Order: sequence, then C-alpha cells, then structure tokens
Amino acid sequence: MGGVSKYFCDAVDTEPHALSDFDKHVDAIRQILGGKRVMSVDELRRGIEAIPEAEYHRLSYYQRWIRSITFNLLEKGVITEAELRTALGEA
Amino acid sequence: MLEAGQRVRVRDDWPETRGPCHIRTPHYLRGEIGTVERHLGDFPNPEDLAFARPAPAKALYHVRFDLPMHWPEGRAGDALVVEIFEHWLEAA
Amino acid sequence: MSLLETPSGKLLDAISALLAAKGIAAPDEIAERIRITDQASPARGAQMVARAWTEPEFRAQMLANGTLAAESMGIPMRGLPPLGVLEDTAEVHHVVVCTLCSCYPRAVLGYPPFWFKSAAYRSRAVRDPRGLIAEWGTVLPDSVKLRVVDSTADYRWMVLPLRPEGTEGWSVEQLAALVDEGDMIGVTIPTRG
Repeated sequence: MGGVSKYFCDAVDTEPHALSDFDKHVDAIRQILGGKRVMSVDELRRGIEAIPEAEYHRLSYYQRWIRSITFNLLEKGVITEAELRTALGEA
Repeated sequence: MLEAGQRVRVRDDWPETRGPCHIRTPHYLRGEIGTVERHLGDFPNPEDLAFARPAPAKALYHVRFDLPMHWPEGRAGDALVVEIFEHWLEAA
Repeated sequence: MSLLETPSGKLLDAISALLAAKGIAAPDEIAERIRITDQASPARGAQMVARAWTEPEFRAQMLANGTLAAESMGIPMRGLPPLGVLEDTAEVHHVVVCTLCSCYPRAVLGYPPFWFKSAAYRSRAVRDPRGLIAEWGTVLPDSVKLRVVDSTADYRWMVLPLRPEGTEGWSVEQLAALVDEGDMIGVTIPTRG
C-alpha cells in the first residue's frame, strides 16, 4: 500500500472503532493456529493477498482473515472441502 | 554480512509477475538506493514460511532511504527506515 | 472457489466447529485467548514510557531490548516478535506504519486501531508523512527530522516519545496518563494536558 496513489488522497478515519465479537473470535483463532504451528502469519498474509481486489475492498479486515484462514486450512488439508460443506450445512 | 553505513540498492525484481509468492520487500522500494543502519538479527525467510516450506534464517537489516524518493512529496532531511532481508539487497 | 465466498459469519461458525471437532481449538480455548488479548492495551506501553522517562537504567534497557524491558514489567512476550523501541529526541521524531499489512506492537498497545489498518494511512505514511500526521493536528518544527519506520518484517516497533516539558517531579502514574496509543506510533505527541 506504500505510496499507492489510489489511496493517497483519502482522509484517514481517526475515530475509534470497537472490535466486534466476530473480529475478536477470528483474531483468537488466528493466534491459536499460529501458536500450534497449524498456520503461520505469513501464510495468513499470502491468503489475504490472494483475495481478488474487488472482493478485498468489499470485505472488512477480519472478514479477509477468516477467508484466508479457510483458504489455508483447505490448502493444507487440515480440513477438507466436504467437511466444510457439511459444517456449513450444505451437504 | 553488510556493515552499517554501507550503500545498498534494493533489487529491482518482481517475483509477483512470475507466479504465486509472498514478498516482504515493499513495491515502492524496488530499485531504490539506501544506507544500512544496522543488522537486526537473522529470521526465517517469510517467502518460504508463507508456503509452509522449510525456511532458512536470513539476515535482516534496517535500511534508511532519504526523502524525497520518487514521489514529489516528502521533505529533504526526512527518511524512511525499513526492515529488508539481505537477499533483497545488492551493493550500490 | 465458491466456498470461500460464503458469508463471513457462517464461515466462522463452520471453521470454529471443525477446529473444535479436530481438537485444534476448543471454544474455551478461544474464549481464554480473547480474554488474554483484551488485557493488552496502550496502558501497558504508557507504563513503559513513563518508567523510561523517570529511570535512566530502564530507558537504556528498553532501547537496547524492548522485549526484555516489557517482560521485566510482567508483560507476556513469549513467542511474540521482538519489540523494537524508537527513541524520539529534540532532533528526530518517529512514525510507525506497516505498508504491507498491519504489524503492530500488540503486546504493549493492544489491538491495532482502525486507522492504522486503513489503506489511506498505509499509503500516505511513506510518501507524505508530515501531511499525514497533520490529520491529527501534529505539526513538527522544521528543525525536527522525521523518520518513518515501515514495519515490513519481524520486529514490532513502538515510539518512546519526548517527555513533555513542565512535568518535572511527576509520578510514573501521572506521566503514564499523558501517553496514548497515537503517541507511541508517532502520529501525535504527548503534552502536559
């Protein structure tokens, strides 16, 4: 993002924004996955960078995280697509 | 090992154009010349960590870049200080 | 992959259930992690700053090794990235940004604020830092050099600001109350209030 012109003229929203329960929950999962060496922070970042740009800007900060976490857990085989579908109630 | 005060150039390389990767060297510094401030330690290469590959430790440096750079903004005398791995630096 | 486009709330519920079923992250473990994370706040960093202002030995330790200095005050740092401390002087002022993501010294400042994670902050900090901190009303004298620290890799950086004038004889608690998160990232400067 450094110096990128697209955002260069944007004002900075300096107001405090409290984190939601969703945000804190995702953050906590990220920490646990990192602590147990299931997924590194660099893997999280790669997964965020892989989100298509339009989608990236539609998602909030922690929405990007849960998406990257899901991407990584699938890619690493920690969970399977079938398991995820079942858990989502889409089986 | 690089010495404090040594002039270095950030490699003008764009692995992003060659395939999936995760690079901790910002785009805005590629090809820029700076000065080594100090060695910060050796850390596992994030380019490998991002793919869960074995990640050998690489030397990490604080490198100073004097403003203004390639942008019109930025005041002479001000500077950026950035963590950059040795494999992204070459003699300048 | 269409599964990834599932609404985030549903995705979180499903991932939480799977991680619990696989014994990777139980609900009580997650609750405990949230509780621990909530305990970290800028008050911790402010305590370190105030102590550095009043104890030269602690100041030296903090500048040499922020992690050890934080641990010596009971702040849990184990397993976390090293904490680097940037010393402001009468000649040099520091501002911290992470242009690549949102690396932040969470152990001593808590969750990063919204603005720190914003595209505008991350874009402008390295290109027009004086214009950026003016958004907070911060104007540096021409005699002060600004150094922007882009936190791109393994360290987490906090600023040790200048002690405000007119605070001679103040207690550590009084001094700590003057310091907020913006002061320790460098977008603002602590004042006597």
